Amino acid sequence: MSTKDNWKIWEIFIRSRNGLSHKHVGSLHAPDAEMAIKNARDVYTRRSEGISIWVIPSDAVTASSPDESEPLFTPADDKVYRHPTFYEIPDEIGHM
Amino acid sequence: MNKELLEYTLRLGDNALILGQRLAEWCGHGPILEQDIALSNIALDHLGQARMLLNYAAEQQGEGFTEDKVAFFRDVFEYHNILLLELENGDWGKTICRQFLFDTFNYFLYTDLLQSKDETIKSIAQKAIKEISYHAQWSAEWLIRLGDGTEESHTRVQNSLNELWEWSGEMFTPDAIDEAMLEAGIGADLNSIKERWHAKVDQILAMAKLEKPAEQWMQSGGKQGDHTEYLGFVLAEMQHIPRMHPEANW
Amino acid sequence: MTKEMNLEDRFQDYVDGENKVEPKHWMPEKYRKTLIRQISQHAHSEVVGMLPEANWITRAPSLRRKIALLAKVQDEAGHGLYLYSAAETLGADRQDLVADLLSGKAKYSSIFNYPTPTWADMGAIGWLVDGAAIANQVMLCRTSYGPYARAMVRICKEESFHQRQGYEITMTLAKGTPAQKKLAQDALNRWWWPSIMMFGPSDDNSPNSAQSMKWKIKRKSNDELRQEFIDKTVPQAEYLGLTIPDPDLKWNEETGHYNYGEINWEEFYNVIKGNGKCNKQRLEARNKAHDEGAWVREAANAYAEKQADRKKNETHAA
Repeated sequence: MSTKDNWKIWEIFIRSRNGLSHKHVGSLHAPDAEMAIKNARDVYTRRSEGISIWVIPSDAVTASSPDESEPLFTPADDKVYRHPTFYEIPDEIGHM
Repeated sequence: MNKELLEYTLRLGDNALILGQRLAEWCGHGPILEQDIALSNIALDHLGQARMLLNYAAEQQGEGFTEDKVAFFRDVFEYHNILLLELENGDWGKTICRQFLFDTFNYFLYTDLLQSKDETIKSIAQKAIKEISYHAQWSAEWLIRLGDGTEESHTRVQNSLNELWEWSGEMFTPDAIDEAMLEAGIGADLNSIKERWHAKVDQILAMAKLEKPAEQWMQSGGKQGDHTEYLGFVLAEMQHIPRMHPEANW
Repeated sequence: MTKEMNLEDRFQDYVDGENKVEPKHWMPEKYRKTLIRQISQHAHSEVVGMLPEANWITRAPSLRRKIALLAKVQDEAGHGLYLYSAAETLGADRQDLVADLLSGKAKYSSIFNYPTPTWADMGAIGWLVDGAAIANQVMLCRTSYGPYARAMVRICKEESFHQRQGYEITMTLAKGTPAQKKLAQDALNRWWWPSIMMFGPSDDNSPNSAQSMKWKIKRKSNDELRQEFIDKTVPQAEYLGLTIPDPDLKWNEETGHYNYGEINWEEFYNVIKGNGKCNKQRLEARNKAHDEGAWVREAANAYAEKQADRKKNETHAA
């Protein structure tokens, strides 16, 4: 397969209006960073989803690598203290 | 009714409509999905602007006129877009080239229209200028990539530039209507836009390693309704259904 | 028990626990292959699916319709892109997947090999074809592979205007002049059967379905989804005063569902085999766009390389 016309993959991160951090929204192909930003604007903010865009070459992302067997099958379910329902709040307080 | 204002509105609206129509032909046929989406966005911007402008033209003509009546029930000689925009798309390079020549002009035009004394045109310009600034950036970036890309892309886009050049002069050739609108503080000064346009075009062509075509005879007539053969086909395709069922709603 | 089988069992447990599988997780090779095939077919369908509608953008009978249709077809390009991206998380390369589409090796939804001769087809496609697609896509929002599920969530969010757009077009025609109403009925006649065939062969004839259900790639069977779609669509047609072209269509008090007539699977398999009216036309259009775009993609890469070199030289010089 010819690679001369194959654009590389970029991971796209968008910060929305609500002030939260940039969030991964997906990926796309582009020849360079400027084009990747323009493409991201057209692909991932068609419905004004964001006001700031980061693009990162996919091959520059280092992901944590689950061990062949263990982490996949032991999700962090035992760390219940990370979940809001672990803490008891009286009913009168209402939704927290 | 102010006949000059109406025709001026139609010129702006028809430019947007005919270019939007041409660009929409690319949808589904772009060189890669990302660019298919990009060009569709630009087409949508132009069609959106066309709606606002033709709606304004309809308002000026009074009862019984709508944006659709204005778009679908005028013949070739009643259309006032510049000729450059009705030409066939050609390859991606030619489309980019046309976009660059026009977007750059449109950017300066709408920048000036932000000061228009006509409130409707002014408010349309306020909305459109953001889109148009992006278009001008986008087509300049593409022109640079094609001009300074491969040998093939350079040759193709240089040929397109040479081919399209004779259609670029019409943008800056003022006629009585342009002058009346300038006088009234509604329209823009085409002579001043011409200078700014050349400066910008020179700058981008240098970055794109492309040669500016020599001064030459310039085509004109579109603004006055004197068109190429292409427009008839554009309109036939665009208008045939409403004209087949003139009493229908869609 | 071998280690591999052991892993497969544990994978199954994991999926049974409604956990999402992510790109770097261990997965059975067949799970990966099934997903790549399914997601890329889905992506191809979005992209080929642009064509029968795109050819109406320049002919749409009002400016409002023109803009809505263009925005819709553009969304389909976006959906194709999201899906190719999801397939790429499994180690596939978009260019290879596209090559398989262009050579005719990969399949895409046969529905797009039917022609769109009239404007009313834009209504019927939006209402019926997108309606059927949405039924499938809503289910896939809960599919077990994370990136696929996330792509589907985004797609479903965006799709919501597509079906409404189609129904509105059909409604305007159905309530319009006699000529318009005829266009609408005629389009319903042509699209009804192909739409309900979109869900695929009936369950007893669908060999891959069981494994996909077990892995929770699919969550509902073809026949279940088909029935849901029919139950939802019949009242919508009645509201428009249009007649669904199935004399056996009848409400069944006992089951609480509509009974429907025999599906002509011979036609279905023929269109899949390439005997639809538009199979060749669609593939030719995709090939043409790809081939004529090659120099553009190459040029942008060449420029990016030159720029990178220039930057390197600048830093060396400095």
